Amino acid sequence: MARVVVEVMLKPEILDPQGKAVLGALPRLGFEGVVDVRQGKRFELELDGELTEERLGEVRSAAETLLSNPVIENYTVRVQQG
Amino acid sequence: MKIGVVTFPGSLDDGDARRAVRLGGGEAVSLWHGDRDLHSVDAVVLPGGFSYGDYLRCGAIARFAPVMEEVVAAAKAGMPVLGICNGFQILCEAHLLPGALIRNDHRTFVCRDQRLRIENVSTAWTHHYPVGAEVTIVLKNGEGSYVADRSTLDHLEAEGRVIARYLDVNPNGSVHDIAGITNEAGNVVGLMPHPEHAVEALCGPGDDGLAVFTSVLSSGTFASRC
Repeated sequence: MARVVVEVMLKPEILDPQGKAVLGALPRLGFEGVVDVRQGKRFELELDGELTEERLGEVRSAAETLLSNPVIENYTVRVQQG
Repeated sequence: MKIGVVTFPGSLDDGDARRAVRLGGGEAVSLWHGDRDLHSVDAVVLPGGFSYGDYLRCGAIARFAPVMEEVVAAAKAGMPVLGICNGFQILCEAHLLPGALIRNDHRTFVCRDQRLRIENVSTAWTHHYPVGAEVTIVLKNGEGSYVADRSTLDHLEAEGRVIARYLDVNPNGSVHDIAGITNEAGNVVGLMPHPEHAVEALCGPGDDGLAVFTSVLSSGTFASRC
């Protein structure tokens, strides 16, 4: 078993209204000093068998075609150890 | 002319879209998301709603529905395809149209009678409108803010591919007040407002949306342009 983590974030130039809403709520709760919030998505993919470079490539392909929309989002793929 | 209306899990406006097709003079055909068959239709409407619950991103999962393989192939071959609201989002996710639709900049769902200017009347779905027609069509969306990178916007503007622009107010933060766009060939159109809700004077703000559904009936020339 291997766990691969894909994180997806809106590109910096794309407005993130959800992040803005969170940013607005923080000072109301007394959390001061936060100047910006960006909200993203985290996917944890459990793969059976051995994690080969080829299978990691398939995960990258999935990240690019389904998990993220490259028009508005960036993604990172990393293998979680242990 | 047979016009297919796709129903995805979570589609809301497929019934109204079929009704608008009939009021426009076409024959409405129900298409099912899991059916890899367009049943010999001449055009396709992807209706509004919340396909697959808007999970992941609006339209992101619907794009991979079995019926969409056929829709994408037919669109590339010149078949008229209209995406309304969620359908517009699906067309962008399927890369039949450029750009993307993100959450409204003011973070609230918007529902209003929206004034628009129809700016491109040479598409399969708009050629019955007079040039520069100002119309009122229902708008209702939570994620209707159109975005695209600078070079995509420059191409859309230079090629006259913005088919409709918001008037009076920009209801969702769309760049350049964009309410709808078309592909290069003019057979694929995405529109955030809902023309299928503006086809009868009794219900809604009027019948300004009806010309969308009559335009497509005489769109035979578009296939030959692709």
